[in-house]
Amino acid sequence: MRDVAVVGVNMLKFGRYPEKDVVQLAAESSINALKDAGCSINDIEIVVSGNLYQANGMIGQRIMKEIGATGVPVVNVSNACATGSTAFREAYYAVASGAYDTAMAVGSEQMGKMGLLGAGGGGDRAYSTEGVMGTGLMPGVFGQAGAEHMRKYGTTQEQIAKIAVKNHQHGVLNPMAQYQVETPLEDVLNARVIAWPNTLYMCCPTGDGASAAVIMSAEKAKKFTTKPVWVAASILTSDPYQERNPTMFDINTVTRLASKKAYETAGIGPEDLDMVELHDCFATAELVHYENLFLCGEGEAGKLIDDGETYNGGKIPVNVSGGLLSKGHPLGATGVANITEIVWHLREEAGDRQVKGAKTGLAHVIGLGSACTINVLKR
Amino acid sequence: MAEETATEKKTNPIIPFLRIPEKYPDDAAYLWGMQCGSCKAKFLGARLACGKCGETDKLSEIKFGDEGEIYVFSVVHQTVPGLEVPYVGAIIDLDDGVSVRANVYGLDPLKPDASWFGKRVKMFTEVTAQDREGNDVVAAKFKVL
Repeated sequence: MRDVAVVGVNMLKFGRYPEKDVVQLAAESSINALKDAGCSINDIEIVVSGNLYQANGMIGQRIMKEIGATGVPVVNVSNACATGSTAFREAYYAVASGAYDTAMAVGSEQMGKMGLLGAGGGGDRAYSTEGVMGTGLMPGVFGQAGAEHMRKYGTTQEQIAKIAVKNHQHGVLNPMAQYQVETPLEDVLNARVIAWPNTLYMCCPTGDGASAAVIMSAEKAKKFTTKPVWVAASILTSDPYQERNPTMFDINTVTRLASKKAYETAGIGPEDLDMVELHDCFATAELVHYENLFLCGEGEAGKLIDDGETYNGGKIPVNVSGGLLSKGHPLGATGVANITEIVWHLREEAGDRQVKGAKTGLAHVIGLGSACTINVLKR
Repeated sequence: MAEETATEKKTNPIIPFLRIPEKYPDDAAYLWGMQCGSCKAKFLGARLACGKCGETDKLSEIKFGDEGEIYVFSVVHQTVPGLEVPYVGAIIDLDDGVSVRANVYGLDPLKPDASWFGKRVKMFTEVTAQDREGNDVVAAKFKVL
């Protein structure tokens, strides 16, 4: 594999855009990323589009009709919440393999206010198993994931709530975040319960959004930028066998497999990271991923947040963007937006929330079912 | 005039790995699945191959018992319209070595507690819905022992 650089990135502020359609959102972000790269759609040799809820809608080709239908290969991918980051990885491999010199990944989603409850319907049947034979909805599933950590290590709801406090505090400094509101610990704990142990402020909002990244071979990148950000690893895993899976979604094994591969490929360890953007769809998810990404030892995630080590300025800043809890989670856009955030920091363009001197960052996304992507970026 | 014959109503399981005997409810419904003859892994429901080792030939049907313990749970307060909340959605580890998603009854959903982990539970079944043809739909639930 040859070296690949991220040359241009963009994300639209996540939120509600009822006046636009998803193709318009994706087209706008694509144009912004191309301008950020100093190139045009005519320089792009392959496009990978990630969109989940309209996966059969040929979103990628429709974007091209908006921004310049050049006839290049367009691939549409869907991989649950890891849709955008999978699109990025496919674009990365297209260039890393030597098949193409330039590529663009664009992730988009328009969810409106449907929430993460969309999976609960009975479909063509008149009935559903939800609430009758347990829960398969995301809030319940991630509630159980947190409960598992509580069972194993005695972690408390208050410790998990501190993650929501941190991410909302971070989000206040991010103008791209859907919500820029501080939530003190008392507020988080007293908010209504969505699915125990997660309260309202421990759950990410949904919404609309788009994000895009332009990547190039090293040789090509030199012509367009003086600040290339290098892809040190781009890993995708599926969930390996685990005795309770698929009855219980397993977000741990799939992430551990990916993070081991990512560190090995990048030739670094977790101690070499300056920042992490991880998939905090719920506060309980961030808790378990501290250990899954080996940012701390087994059972030490509660202590890591107690000690404030994942705040900006701490030992390993996590989700300085505000995370999905503040930033929002338009499914297909999320993975590219995580990468965009890290690129901004590595280029020292992150404004008030800049992680000082950031040289290496890790972007992690989980798609339930399950897919895990980890992209390690270096400057 | 042609004589109308009433369609006989059936009793169907809500999920394929719950088996409803012909003489239900006199004969109890039960969870069933497959076990791999090579690596001994157990699964709910029918399988073409073992999801652990890939074995395709040595799979045999297995009937699971109705007792186990709560591995983990969540208490769901916000859900799809039409459901009564809150409900305890748990992962049950059956004594026979397979896990199942289930609602658990006999606990106060407003007071979730770490003491719930490991609680012994027993399965029961009941009609929870009717399908579009009017057949009864039966679900498996668990109650604390």
